[in-house]
Amino acid sequence: MIVDENKYTNIPTEKFEFVNSGEKIHDTKFETKPIGYFKDALIRFCKNRASVAAFVIIILIVLFALIVPFTTPKSKATVMDTYYKQKAPRNVFLKENLGIMSGSKKLESNERAVLLELAKGVGAEFDEEEEIISLGASLDSYYQPVIKYKFAGENKLGVSSKAFYDMKIDTYLSVGFIYKTIEQSEYRKILEWEQENGKRVIYPLVDTANSYCVDANNANYWYKANAKGVPLTVVSNKNGTYDKPNGTGNDDVVKSLEFSEDLVLEDNYKRDENGNLVYYTYSGGGSTETAMYNVRILYYNYYQYINGFEPNYFIGTDSQGYDLAYRMATGIRLSLLLAVVVSVINLVLGAIVGAIEGYYGGAVDLIIERLKDILSGIPFIILATLFQLHLAKKVGPLPSLISAFVLTGWLGTSSRVRTQFYRFKNQEYVMAARTLGARDRRIMWKHIFPNTLGTLITSSVLVIPSVIFSESMLSYLGIASLGGTKNTSLGTLLSDASTKWTDFPHLMIAPAIVISLLMICFNLFGNGLRDAFNPTLRGSEE
Amino acid sequence: MWKYVLKRLLLMLVTFFIICAICFVLIRILPRDLPQDLNLAELIKARWEALGYNKPLPVQFWIYLKNIFTKWDFGTSWYIEKTIPVTEVLGKRLLPTVLVNFYSLIVSIPLGIALGIFAAIKKNKWQDQVISIVVMLFVSIPSYIYAFLVQYIIFFKLRIIDTPTLYSIADVGFDPEAANAWQAYFTPQMFKSMIMPIIALSFGEIAGLCRFTRAELTETLTQDYMLLARTKGLTRGQATRRHALKNAMVPILPMIISSFIGILGGSMIIEQIFSIPGVGDLYIKSINLFDYDVFMLDTIFYVLIGLLAGIVVDISYGFIDPRIRMGER
Repeated sequence: MIVDENKYTNIPTEKFEFVNSGEKIHDTKFETKPIGYFKDALIRFCKNRASVAAFVIIILIVLFALIVPFTTPKSKATVMDTYYKQKAPRNVFLKENLGIMSGSKKLESNERAVLLELAKGVGAEFDEEEEIISLGASLDSYYQPVIKYKFAGENKLGVSSKAFYDMKIDTYLSVGFIYKTIEQSEYRKILEWEQENGKRVIYPLVDTANSYCVDANNANYWYKANAKGVPLTVVSNKNGTYDKPNGTGNDDVVKSLEFSEDLVLEDNYKRDENGNLVYYTYSGGGSTETAMYNVRILYYNYYQYINGFEPNYFIGTDSQGYDLAYRMATGIRLSLLLAVVVSVINLVLGAIVGAIEGYYGGAVDLIIERLKDILSGIPFIILATLFQLHLAKKVGPLPSLISAFVLTGWLGTSSRVRTQFYRFKNQEYVMAARTLGARDRRIMWKHIFPNTLGTLITSSVLVIPSVIFSESMLSYLGIASLGGTKNTSLGTLLSDASTKWTDFPHLMIAPAIVISLLMICFNLFGNGLRDAFNPTLRGSEE
Repeated sequence: MWKYVLKRLLLMLVTFFIICAICFVLIRILPRDLPQDLNLAELIKARWEALGYNKPLPVQFWIYLKNIFTKWDFGTSWYIEKTIPVTEVLGKRLLPTVLVNFYSLIVSIPLGIALGIFAAIKKNKWQDQVISIVVMLFVSIPSYIYAFLVQYIIFFKLRIIDTPTLYSIADVGFDPEAANAWQAYFTPQMFKSMIMPIIALSFGEIAGLCRFTRAELTETLTQDYMLLARTKGLTRGQATRRHALKNAMVPILPMIISSFIGILGGSMIIEQIFSIPGVGDLYIKSINLFDYDVFMLDTIFYVLIGLLAGIVVDISYGFIDPRIRMGER
């Protein structure tokens, strides 16, 4: 049949007719909202309870890191308190009411040490008018470091035997008295503050010249004692006599705590010619304002005078005397920041290189693959070490650590992108786009790249815990150290604790818990994302 | 097949050579000082002169390679052990590392696989869920944290073992300088002190292996040939043992093989915590003491292990599963 082509070229408009005029077309509009790839992933992610819980915990940790530095008083955050270092968690309110978080530590010590601790409580209750209270009565004192003590038994050491006690002390109060040199103006200010608050900061000086002084540098020995630190006692038990426990004829061994809590220590305060107590000695400086005074102060109250509040540290203090909660918050910030920066750089770099490799293939692919072989052959630890050795002095430890992470980190991402590009670049829709005149760049990023997004996001999230782990490991091994006076990292805190944790477990526990939580939660979160972004798993949960 | 293996090996050697060259240059250009000890400084200076430290880097590398191939001379340790060839220094430290890691693998491979199989068979029952949670914890929590926990519980609390770290050779009653010093690592006393690092190392290994085995086995258990096996009249146990397990082992075995190569490298962090005088410990020491020849050898060693592990895994697939033809595109 011969078709007359001209017959169809100029058809008048009126001859056209709607095919289904008047009928309603049903498929033009969806009844429900369309669910895209990401929305679908979100819905399926929300069904995974463990991942959602992990996500919530991550958010909480991030909030902790963001908020705590703002709520921490400046003095706690920036001042290295050398007296209050490595102290356990403490909260005055909880200590008074529940007896927990008392900043306490359990010790097994000999009688001399128990006496010294008890004496701090007695010394703090000093008042010029009143008598010195007994050791037993001092247990009720607010400043008494000893929370409780118990006779634990006797240790035979050679000829003499020594009594041992189990003791629980408030480590903050246990700092007791210190010697300090202050300006006269500050001395006056402290006196004013004492008047206002009814708390005593400045205590009489100890007579260091006489033979009763045990240690001239330790301000806590305010009582008369012999050279061995055994106090010369004034005993006022019910009979008014000093009873020696059975079997100990040795004068040096005072078993006073064992039988008498009414022991009263005799003070060894410095007195002038008139017999008045001496509160300060002049130690230098010119005019009245700049004159320096040597004083003996109760540190617990001095802390309040400086800061305006009592020492409350929710996680305790670190080994340098900073608030551990604050240090942890900055540590989490730094660790997360490092991880996120590395993850983002890896993502971008890996995506670009992988796309180029996968899309162009051939010689470009081959060359880049060999390059990647070489890079992936270098163990990370060696890479990190070399970067630290070469760059840390020039650009600082953090940038050199980031560079080490980035140099090999993008390899995995690029491989993932590359495989996806190989899979999709020969598909029909890509050919269609190319036929329509799309440029290479458009095909790469608009048409093929979105296919890889799911796996990319998942792998970027999973990079975060691995970076945190590597950082902490490098810090622990001493290869990289990100710690400083302003910043620290979780790994630095842990490596710092590793030598001291048997004595101060809180130094280890808090960072260890946070780092474990971060690792667990990011892994759970990442796994949840992976399942959510994997369309082949769709419907398998139900 | 053999052609493929040869090709991979050659490629590996080229990669290895390039990495070594890069590391050599990076380590050589590090700033270095002479020690205070004048005699030692004189010795080192003479040695540096012989190795051409004043010549350009390619020449230095050539001398380095020439010494290795003609005299098996990788350099001398100056600070860790005075004037002893670095190969000897490294050789001494291989044994403790290998031993601890080997013991740990012996414990963890059967346990890990058994737990994985158990979890896969009991899939989605409470046993599986308990195992999954525990595995999740042990995979995620950094190894040094449970190393500390193990140390705390076994040494500080229960006092089962009377040392927090490994015994030194002298502690066990051997002379560290004597030729039979290596026997110290096989004494029962030494083994006892190795228990803690072995446990700490095993946790992660068991958890990883268990997770991997479970994933592979659950996949094979749902395959069609399993249904066929059951229809033929095999019991569930028979079908699992004869069909599922064999197929699941294909990816698991290479992983185990690579772990066996990995025991040479060991774990630096565990070696630090339990003060095992091993290769990882040597690495840290060489950096801290600026003993660069030792550092270089340790670097080469780690690179070689990493590359070998990768290549062995790839090749072993072909040997384990005849269906996989290597080198095909």
